[in-house]
Amino acid sequence: MKILVPCKRVPNPELKLKIAGGAVELGDTTWQVNPFDEYAVETALRLTEKSKGGERSGEVVVVSIGPKDTAAQLRQLLAMGADRGILIAGDDAALDADRVARTLKAVVEAEKPDLVVLGKQAVDGDDNQVGQLLAGYLGWPQATFLSAITLAVDGKSATVSREVDTGTEERRVRLPAVATVDLRIIGRKAVRNEALAGPEAEWEDTQRLASLKGIMAAKKKELKEITAESLGVSGGILVKTLRHENPPARKAGVKVTSVEELVARLHSEAKVI
Amino acid sequence: MSATLVLLETTSSNLRSASLPAVTAARELAKQHGGPVVGVVIGAGVAAAAADAAHFVDKVLCFDHPALAATLAETWAPLLAAAVKETGATALVASATSTGKDVLPRAAALLGAGMASDVVAVLGAKSFRRPTYAGNALTDVEVTTATVVCTTRQTEFAPAAPATNAGTVENQAVAAIDSLGSELVALHATKSARPDLTEAKVVVSGGRGMKDAANFQVLEELTDLLGGALGASRAACDAGMVGNDLQVGQTGKVVAPELYFAVALSGAIQHLAGMKSSKVIVAINKDPEAPIFQVADYGLVATWESTLPALIAEIKKLKTA
Repeated sequence: MKILVPCKRVPNPELKLKIAGGAVELGDTTWQVNPFDEYAVETALRLTEKSKGGERSGEVVVVSIGPKDTAAQLRQLLAMGADRGILIAGDDAALDADRVARTLKAVVEAEKPDLVVLGKQAVDGDDNQVGQLLAGYLGWPQATFLSAITLAVDGKSATVSREVDTGTEERRVRLPAVATVDLRIIGRKAVRNEALAGPEAEWEDTQRLASLKGIMAAKKKELKEITAESLGVSGGILVKTLRHENPPARKAGVKVTSVEELVARLHSEAKVI
Repeated sequence: MSATLVLLETTSSNLRSASLPAVTAARELAKQHGGPVVGVVIGAGVAAAAADAAHFVDKVLCFDHPALAATLAETWAPLLAAAVKETGATALVASATSTGKDVLPRAAALLGAGMASDVVAVLGAKSFRRPTYAGNALTDVEVTTATVVCTTRQTEFAPAAPATNAGTVENQAVAAIDSLGSELVALHATKSARPDLTEAKVVVSGGRGMKDAANFQVLEELTDLLGGALGASRAACDAGMVGNDLQVGQTGKVVAPELYFAVALSGAIQHLAGMKSSKVIVAINKDPEAPIFQVADYGLVATWESTLPALIAEIKKLKTA
């Protein structure tokens, strides 16, 4: 089982976002792997494991499109356990979801994975498009917003759970396919490859951290740097970012001192009850 | 003078109310594109729903086929793309529901069209405003392709009202359907007598501080007293206190009710992203430093245990007064 995991680096979402002159200022941010993509790497690793941290079978390839510094995030994913990395040179300003999907299509055609797993959205752009676009461009089945995935013993299909507005949906998809993962994919028993792991297999309910041994091993793993042009990708972006601004601030609220005061204000001041 | 297409989701016999705000967005976009608003209904046995949908748009294209019962992007996206091409439409819209978010990007890929996600305002024929960075920025984007695709945030557009004269329904021939091997195994729908989270006028959400599923009963009592919907933070869902479909936030549902109660809920930025457009926000938390107080119109520093029974009693008193 070969699994490709596209990952994006994002500015630390816990830091206060600075916007000036219509632009987001990221000069002094710290960069990290998009949390949903980190969950995708964890998912891919579990799908190649017999048990938590146990014997592995298969290959997990991580790929990112970004500036040279993105190598640091890919190294971190290699330290987590991914086998190989590909960094495609790219400038964020020259990328949109469509260009990313078309570049990934070229990577898929070169790498021929059985499964592509990625986060359902990046927490900076919040587009929630790349997985679906990639599946559309490839003509592959798609399984989005997954909270669970089980690979069939023959490696030819997967049964997935998806969180939808009205509840939970179970689907079966044929491989190769594109899967995008939601938060709960890292549940203890959410991910399993029937060919490797029994129904008793259980993982931590969080993504794994890189161990010291992992960090040392990552230094020796292959991290190939290539260009989109070398993959034959051309064309520009389809969605231009014009400007950013701060959302309107909420006006300062008041602290009330009692339930009676709260209800009185909600009734006569805010007129909502 | 090109049409604007809008994907209309249906229940067994009706238009889903979640699609109504997208009709309003499509009307705004149609003013820019100069043509009619054409609804697209896809499913199995959806003739009645299509007839209902026709009250909201100028025309409905109905793809009705047994193989279209499951909401699969693999089968729905090619039909949407074909409908765009056949009608010469220059815009394709859907509400940013779990279906819209799944299907529309795939249709955009098939059309080679640029797409704007989770739009909160239509700025022009091809330009849109949308939240990014978990709602910490509003970003204006411009689609550069001849056809534009977008999903629209339900809470930011008013639900469309039905017209007295219904538009026409055109049944579309459905050629071979290839689901690429994808199939729906089961849908475990959450049953609730309460209004939909995204449509409720009042939302009562509990957080990690509720400690236990049983404690949500008191929140449910407040919710039902106000005719609202129950919500929760990620922490409360993760702890198994309530189902995941009640999660409000960047992951989960985006809500903007008239009144939002955040109870024993700290207010992580991911949660705020899903509720800070609410008209009036009430926070009840024992920690005066909780970030939720920064967005609350009314804050009460107290435990939920000491507050909620009294709050319920006080509101009951008001209702019977």
